[in-house]
Amino acid sequence: MLSKIIPELGHFALILALLMALVQAVVPMAGTLTRRPLWMAFAKPLASGQFLFLAIAYLCLTTSFLLDDFSVAYVANNSNSMLPWYYKTTAVWGSHEGSVLLWSLMLGGWGFAVSQCSSQLPRDMVARVLSVMGMVCVGFLLFVLITSNPFERLLPNMPQDGADLNPLLQDFGLVIHPPMLYMGYVGFSVVFAFAIAGLIGGRLDAAWTRWARPWTNLAWAFLTVGIALGSWWAYYELGWGGWWFWDPVENASLLPWLAGTALIHSLAVTEKRGSFKSWTLLLAITTFSLSLLGTFLVRSGVLTSVHAFANDPARGTFILVLLGLTVGLSLLVFALRAPRVSHSIGFTWLSRDALLLVNNILLVIMTVTVLLGTVYPLLLDALGLGKISVGPPYFNALFVPLTGLLCVFMGLGPSSRWKQMSGRELFKRLLGAGIASVVIAAVAPLVYGGQWNLWVSLGLVMALWIVLSLGRDLFDKVRNASSLGIGLRRLSPAYWGMVVGHLGLAVTIVGVTMVSNYNIERNVRLAPGESVEVAGYTFAMQGLRERRGPNFIADTATIDVSRNGEHRFTMQPEKRLYLARGMPMTDVALRPGLLRDLYVALGEDLGDGSWALRIQFKPFVRWLWLGALLMAAGGMLAVVDKRYRRVKRRAQQPVTSDTSGFKEAQA
Amino acid sequence: MNPKRKQRLMVLLGLATLAAIAVGLVLYSLSSNINLFFSPEQIVKGEAPLEQQIRAGGMVKEGSVQRDKESLDVSFVVTDYASDVEVRYSGILPDLFREGQGVVVVGKLENNKILRAGQVLAKHDENYMPPEVAEAMQGKMPTETLE
Repeated sequence: MLSKIIPELGHFALILALLMALVQAVVPMAGTLTRRPLWMAFAKPLASGQFLFLAIAYLCLTTSFLLDDFSVAYVANNSNSMLPWYYKTTAVWGSHEGSVLLWSLMLGGWGFAVSQCSSQLPRDMVARVLSVMGMVCVGFLLFVLITSNPFERLLPNMPQDGADLNPLLQDFGLVIHPPMLYMGYVGFSVVFAFAIAGLIGGRLDAAWTRWARPWTNLAWAFLTVGIALGSWWAYYELGWGGWWFWDPVENASLLPWLAGTALIHSLAVTEKRGSFKSWTLLLAITTFSLSLLGTFLVRSGVLTSVHAFANDPARGTFILVLLGLTVGLSLLVFALRAPRVSHSIGFTWLSRDALLLVNNILLVIMTVTVLLGTVYPLLLDALGLGKISVGPPYFNALFVPLTGLLCVFMGLGPSSRWKQMSGRELFKRLLGAGIASVVIAAVAPLVYGGQWNLWVSLGLVMALWIVLSLGRDLFDKVRNASSLGIGLRRLSPAYWGMVVGHLGLAVTIVGVTMVSNYNIERNVRLAPGESVEVAGYTFAMQGLRERRGPNFIADTATIDVSRNGEHRFTMQPEKRLYLARGMPMTDVALRPGLLRDLYVALGEDLGDGSWALRIQFKPFVRWLWLGALLMAAGGMLAVVDKRYRRVKRRAQQPVTSDTSGFKEAQA
Repeated sequence: MNPKRKQRLMVLLGLATLAAIAVGLVLYSLSSNINLFFSPEQIVKGEAPLEQQIRAGGMVKEGSVQRDKESLDVSFVVTDYASDVEVRYSGILPDLFREGQGVVVVGKLENNKILRAGQVLAKHDENYMPPEVAEAMQGKMPTETLE
């Protein structure tokens, strides 16, 4: 009988978590204001408790899915008794209510992680950070409980079977894409909390940046992986072979990523040089606000997209209010407190400080252009000025040249010095890399494609410039060591993180350049026995047969692929019909490779035995996601740098006085 | 002016210039890359421009889908139950394209009756109706298919 009340237990756990979050938001903060250590000490156990109850609520929902409890509305709408068990566990985040629950669980998880890793942080800092995270959590749990309760029942008229999970979401890529993305989104709440706590406490010294940096890197790495997975999923699941559509939902995830990238670099300057403090704080606030904006865009149903499953206006309004409160209050705190923490430190125009400033300006401009293109149609619509949509040409026209400019400075950055350096020295160091990248990039299209192509050369120049200048910097750093091994080992993980991250961007740029310029797509009509040649490969349709899956039936085509008359392999694209929803789906046949993908999708049955097929040759497409994974690896690598742990230990000393931080920052 | 102030001034001036350039570029790109949405009724009345890329949407009329025997050319009628527009397209239609259901097409008008589409978008699941289409249909067909 206990299994009957699982949803109620989950609901109850959710309410308990909300109450704990409320206390966590208020009491520790009050403790720092009235200097009561006992009140401040509330923060850590509450963060753990809140996480525990959120986990219980989440497990209850998962259990309801596994037990096929269709009296729960959310389960009935997103599951089916025929659905395989693994998709039942992932269907939890297949739609709106479960997604926000997962989101809240992760928020609780990040809070818990901060409370566990904070033993070396001053007590008042921990109290403030966890308090701010508690406030965010209160907002989200209220949102879940008031507008999107996943435990709502369909009693007494419960359906016999569920409506099934959207077939688009029955896929491995989707199993991991949303959790990664949410980890990133929500992870930025930590640096946001650190920023607000730092502002309130007036403490923004080098130690503060060393606490905030690993969390920022980690969140950014998750977001990077999440975005890459989304792009990969769209590539093979939607059946068009596109990897980025400038869809508003994609933009919504790109916005915090761009701002977060700027934040990572700005934090580096704040740590090393003590400058850019207000700017860093502002970026931290912006990044988290953009994460919230992304949630609003995706969850409010204002967008036409696969993600727009919630069409309840109350939800949109609630998130908009939440967003307004977050932005408004944090900017208020910023305006009141920022003048106390900032002080300027000079630098010349040729220095790493200046180059990173340029990096930040460019990234912010990119953020603004993407934001404008995404929000402009919504604004016009809201003002009743007509329905428009902004197409990919807009984004490409602005984003691509800005990326190019960014790459020029990315090459200079790692080789430059802090504060000031002579232009001649920089020129001397990087001249070789510059010449080499231009020469190689000019020749490469001739070798690969047989004829010269300006766009390919430009794209490759950017990538090569990043790689070769990094290589030169690496060479300079190990040149004086007694052996190469010792020299390499002496470099810090943070440095390696930077190298790997920048390399990742270069790899992605190569992928984008090659696949955009050498992609071959043919839409053809094929009957069994016919064949077509695309990019040197011959695709011969052998036949079609029907196949039954666990919850679908499929038409499977067998296509023999040969090259130069030699049979290479067989591809089997499918057209599936998911039974519960009666929804057709394309299942693409892929032949992946490091240098090229072959991509075959079944279009539609044309009636006379022939089918429409979409056949594509996609060179270097894997590099897109490989690069993103490298970037994320770079971010993670920087987190393990020893100095973050060492400094935490050192920072333990000023714990004795709660006001010391404030004086320190004013000095 | 001390050097620090001078530097700050330079930063501000640089920022302002960059921002101005960026805003200019953004507005220019926006003006040439926005696609306005029109309902079939507006198109037939001649309210939609001919040379420009537009978006149109409505229901695919029952029985109107016609495939070419040799190629991938296809034509169908999009209706808002007030007016009809014929859409011509070459290529593969999305999985969820079906007669009697909502669709959004992106393309250029050949005249006020025929639209040549470069892109056809169908909804992502059966409960979903593109908001523009829902609005374009409003009040025109109070039958059981519109919930």
